[in-house]
Amino acid sequence: MTTVDRLVGAGVERIDGPAKVRGTAPYAYEQDPGEPICSVAVVQSTVNRGRITRLDPTAAEAMPGVLAVLTPANAPRLGEGLASDLPVLQSLDVHYQGQIVAAVVAESSEIAKAAVGAVAVEYAAHEPDVVLSTDRPDLYAPPQLMAGYETDSVIGDVEGALAAAAVTVDATYETPTQHNNPIEMHTSMARWDGDRLTLWDANQGPHNIVNDLMTAFGLERGQVRVISPYVGGAFGSKAFTHPNQILAAMAAKVVGRTVVFELTRQQMFCLVGHRTPTIQRVRLGADAEGRLTAISHEVVEHTSRISEFAEQTATPTRVLYAAPHRRTTHRLARLDVPPPTIMRAPGETPGMFALESAMDELAHSLGIDPVELRVRNEPERDPERDVPWSSRNLVACLRTGAERFGWAGRDLRPGVREDGRWLVGTGVAAATYPARRRKAECRITGHGDGRWTVEIDGSDIGTGAWTALTQISADALGVGLGAVELRIGDSDLPFAGGAGGSTGLASWGSAIVLTAREVRRQLDERYGGQLPADGIVVKGEVPGPSPHAEQYSMHAFGAHFVEVRVDRDTGEVRLPRASSVYAAGTIVNARTARSQFLGGFSMGVSMALHEGTIADERLGHYVNHDLAEYHVATNADIGDIDIHWLDEDDPYVNELGIKGIGEIGITGAAAAVANAYWHATGLRVRDLPITPDKYFRALGQG
Amino acid sequence: MDTQITLRVDGADHPLTVDTRTTLLDALRERLRITSPKKGCDHGQCGACTVLLDGRRVNSCLVLAVTVDDAEVITSDGLAAGGEHPLHRAFLDNDAFQCGYCTPGQVCSAAGVLAEARAGWPSTVTDDLTADEVDLTDDEIRDRMSGNLCRCAAYAHIVLAVAAVAEAEGVRR
Amino acid sequence: MREFRYERAADPASAVALLAAEPEGAFLGGGTNLVDLMKLGVATPDVLVDVRRLTSAEVAELPDGGLRIGAAVPNADLAADRRVRERFPVLSQALLAGASGQLRNRATTGGNLLQRTRCSYFTDVTRPCNKRSPGSGCGALQGVHRNHAVLGQTLEGPATCVATHPSDMAVALAALDAVIRVLGPDGEREVPMAELHRLPGDDATRDTTLRHGELVTAIDLPPLGMPSRYRKVRDRASFAFALVSIAAAVRVADGVVDDVRLAFGGVAHKPWRATTAEDALRGRPATEESFAAAADAELAAATPLRDNAFKVPLARNLVVRTLLQLTEGAR
Ligand SMILES: Cc1cc2nc3c(=O)[nH]c(=O)nc-3n(C[C@H](O)[C@H](O)[C@H](O)COP(=O)(O)OP(=O)(O)OC[C@H]3O[C@@H](n4cnc5c(N)ncnc54)[C@H](O)[C@@H]3O)c2cc1C
Ligand code: SF4
Ligand code: FES
Ligand code: FES
Repeated sequence: MTTVDRLVGAGVERIDGPAKVRGTAPYAYEQDPGEPICSVAVVQSTVNRGRITRLDPTAAEAMPGVLAVLTPANAPRLGEGLASDLPVLQSLDVHYQGQIVAAVVAESSEIAKAAVGAVAVEYAAHEPDVVLSTDRPDLYAPPQLMAGYETDSVIGDVEGALAAAAVTVDATYETPTQHNNPIEMHTSMARWDGDRLTLWDANQGPHNIVNDLMTAFGLERGQVRVISPYVGGAFGSKAFTHPNQILAAMAAKVVGRTVVFELTRQQMFCLVGHRTPTIQRVRLGADAEGRLTAISHEVVEHTSRISEFAEQTATPTRVLYAAPHRRTTHRLARLDVPPPTIMRAPGETPGMFALESAMDELAHSLGIDPVELRVRNEPERDPERDVPWSSRNLVACLRTGAERFGWAGRDLRPGVREDGRWLVGTGVAAATYPARRRKAECRITGHGDGRWTVEIDGSDIGTGAWTALTQISADALGVGLGAVELRIGDSDLPFAGGAGGSTGLASWGSAIVLTAREVRRQLDERYGGQLPADGIVVKGEVPGPSPHAEQYSMHAFGAHFVEVRVDRDTGEVRLPRASSVYAAGTIVNARTARSQFLGGFSMGVSMALHEGTIADERLGHYVNHDLAEYHVATNADIGDIDIHWLDEDDPYVNELGIKGIGEIGITGAAAAVANAYWHATGLRVRDLPITPDKYFRALGQG
Repeated sequence: MDTQITLRVDGADHPLTVDTRTTLLDALRERLRITSPKKGCDHGQCGACTVLLDGRRVNSCLVLAVTVDDAEVITSDGLAAGGEHPLHRAFLDNDAFQCGYCTPGQVCSAAGVLAEARAGWPSTVTDDLTADEVDLTDDEIRDRMSGNLCRCAAYAHIVLAVAAVAEAEGVRR
Repeated sequence: MREFRYERAADPASAVALLAAEPEGAFLGGGTNLVDLMKLGVATPDVLVDVRRLTSAEVAELPDGGLRIGAAVPNADLAADRRVRERFPVLSQALLAGASGQLRNRATTGGNLLQRTRCSYFTDVTRPCNKRSPGSGCGALQGVHRNHAVLGQTLEGPATCVATHPSDMAVALAALDAVIRVLGPDGEREVPMAELHRLPGDDATRDTTLRHGELVTAIDLPPLGMPSRYRKVRDRASFAFALVSIAAAVRVADGVVDDVRLAFGGVAHKPWRATTAEDALRGRPATEESFAAAADAELAAATPLRDNAFKVPLARNLVVRTLLQLTEGAR
């Protein structure tokens, strides 16, 4: 084997890039199923909880071009064991507003959508119960949180320490319901060939989807193939199976043709999950020098009646700062809402908004620079697990960020800087996200002519996995990029968990590295280091979490510094510049990594200033259910963003030293913005998003 | 109600039958299977469906196909007909996308922005409305590109990409 | 979407004749609002008469120094028109603050004027809404209404409606005393801008005083002769409807307000011409105090809802700020 320069780390251009900029990379709907495609459109419940009392499909069935109307009365029975809202059309019960109560299959999308309006449905319904509050009597402690975290953690005597603290903060922060809203809407195209199902689908991990389809349709492994090489964003909503995949397969089965179910943007607000709203009380106690003595973080959030999704909101508080007395709790209310799901950095994203806002409030109470406050509370070891860090460079991120941003000499006082009618402020917050590794399998085929095929059911939802995995493969095999053909996004490929939890590259990359090692070993042992003329096929895997995961606490860290300007007359907020610095282990591709950090941070700005889904408390529905009303940041909302990362070599996390970068950028970003807003205006807005109305509310003028 | 029309897309004529209800976007994607323009909202709110219609950028999801059977449609794919388009190169150079789903719309929109700037059209951030020419500053690019949402939030890189082409082509900055 | 017939007409008169015979038909401009509403099932025309290129797509000089804008002029072209930029910057700015570059390329002047409210109860056919379905109730009144009206609403009865008119352009036209030229089955008529849009009053379904089948052919702008300016406040920096916007023009002589025009967007069912404030300002010293007093006089009539009281101080601040900017140097 020839040696080549290490590709990992290089800013290799995206190998899927040329097709994406032209628009020729085939996303789910754009695949060729080999026959004309029929369309599915759905009727959705207009009540939150109740039962269908009448459902009349006859008018819709009579419309020319309508192939079938599926209802709970005639829909094929699905297998037992489907969770949450996956038993589509299996009962007359309604559990959330927007639930699919009937589906039309038609020759064209125009016909299907028109026929939906012709299906008459009546309900017997309860009053909707959609409002989260901290005084609900039905709040309960879930058995555990997402990702297996403990529901509560208690160390020492928080109340006693708070009572004795020289300085305390006691504040409640709220984040609203948020929706992932990838720009590609969830879309599933299904075709049956006998008892074999093919689904071209927008998801974050085909294997995840296959399992539910097997359960739903009583299929064996090998009878279902889910194909998803290109996915138009996901941010968590495409991680798990949602009703759309089940319904597409069901509809195709009923009509015996290829069908596509492309959600509408409005349907994206109830059928594919959301981030729970949170109400978070944070109490901090510190001595006069700013050393924390107590941290308490109590979270109230929601889940649906038919699923338990307990977002791990206070978990970053378990790792970020040292304090002898600490407590985190999570309580849920079951509301008449659609099932929540993961959205970019579930837990860390809302949790860090609260914790890092509270740290800013504490810094102000103490009269200490907020960077210094954080540095003073840097823990030697994981403060709750009491194990060492595999690597931790938060302080270096804070120092480097301060330097790049020009933080030195910052005036601590709020509301004193003006530039014309702009009030100007700066803010800082930390970022953190756990580094994990998951089981993944890989198959590497060496062809006699020196080409290599690397196969793994990884997924590129925009992360750059196509490119980064090719780089990793080329390095691991010791060949050039051009010699590697990567295949991902297909459940027929070797198993891998989906893109989620920032584990993708860490897990898939490790599987590739380990498999490539096995390739080299076999080549050396059996073929004298040469690739045999008839090629070689080697399977390998990474079994799961890092073997060091028990002994070490593994996290990526970062720091955001932002400038915010607030119009004194109107409360409009602008973000002209920011610096974000990360220490996140090995950076495999400098070019795509920059985009990941940038995208995560910018989404955090969007969360801070724009995002929030609003439920009508009486009618129970999500009111702003489209992209004109659910605001996400536009190009004009994002200023000059300086992205930087530190070299970090972590020998414990995985084979490549990768910590994962897809999510850390969003964590803490909203707090940095809110802290800068306070510094600009002297107004502390503790409920996101910070829209102009809140400026007037904070001033007592509305 | 079915109607016969001919769509001229990326230089080729496509006679086809559409429902009067069919939008240009659905005619392209669902009937002709020309899938370079994407659907992100179907209501003019995201810009993923942006194409050049007789040279102007428009949201093809709000245009009824029957209304444009005499028009010329160019998609991002069509921009590359004569070889790699400078905007494609700039988007690649600056990694101005992640998932790529909004990207063909961003590219078409950027082509529109450059043409509009050359024509001296102002924007909401233009200070001097009466100036003969506009300077396509970063802030100008930001505002002009704001009809194209990018949930991956590649915005800062999109600005770099558009700016690079503007500079290369002598559009005032 | 309901099935419909698509028609093109040879000239405006035949378009008007066509639609006169079709009680459920509609004119189609750029379609950026109508097609949107048809997809949502809010608009259900059975015939569309395409007028996008039927009326004039030109901006023409009027003898008095004003301009005549053809109803087919795209929003983008109108905003970029040199004469508009120089003589009526408020109009250019209003257009540029609206929608997106793509939408402005397709949207027409006539269609922009007649676009319907963005109230999300109106655009969702499964919700109560007196505007869409009279007597079904106003979902927004007790519901989500942070961005609804604070002035001139109907707050009780079957016509209860607290929606706002979404057009930025229309706010500028209101301040400019524009005149709408209309062709109907009975011939041509002129409608002053102040009389085009209406408050919900006792019929929330009607946004304007136009009758079915009346075609907007052009908009006349009388000469202005004052500096003017549009300022829009929205939830994000671009591509969002107004929370509150203001169109203002003012002339100061010897430190005194000689003439002034003020109109608000985002506060009412129609572009809100602030005549009370104007009256309070004419002949008064051009000072921050008189600007604020005039704004307060106008906004004294405000009846904010549970969650939109912020619009009142916001509108007030916009008046003061915009007038101060326009009179800088003349004060
Ligand atoms: C996502 C989005 C964001 C937007 N943001 C803004 C914004 O910030 N500010 C803003 O002002 N606007 C905004 N708009 C609205 C946009 O300006 C309007 O959709 C557009 O101006 C309508 O023009 P059109 O020619 O497309 O009208 P059409 O949709 O064709 O028609 C609208 C109405 O006018 C009627 N009509 C059209 N032409 C005539 C005529 N000549 N005579 C009589 N009746 C006629 C039609 O029958 C229809 O009822 C936005 C739209 C979208 C989709
Ligand atoms: S405000 Fe008007 S448009 Fe909105 S729900 Fe009430 S009646 Fe309908
Ligand atoms: S799909 Fe046309 S703007 Fe979103
Ligand atoms: S690149 Fe994913 S939405 Fe823009």
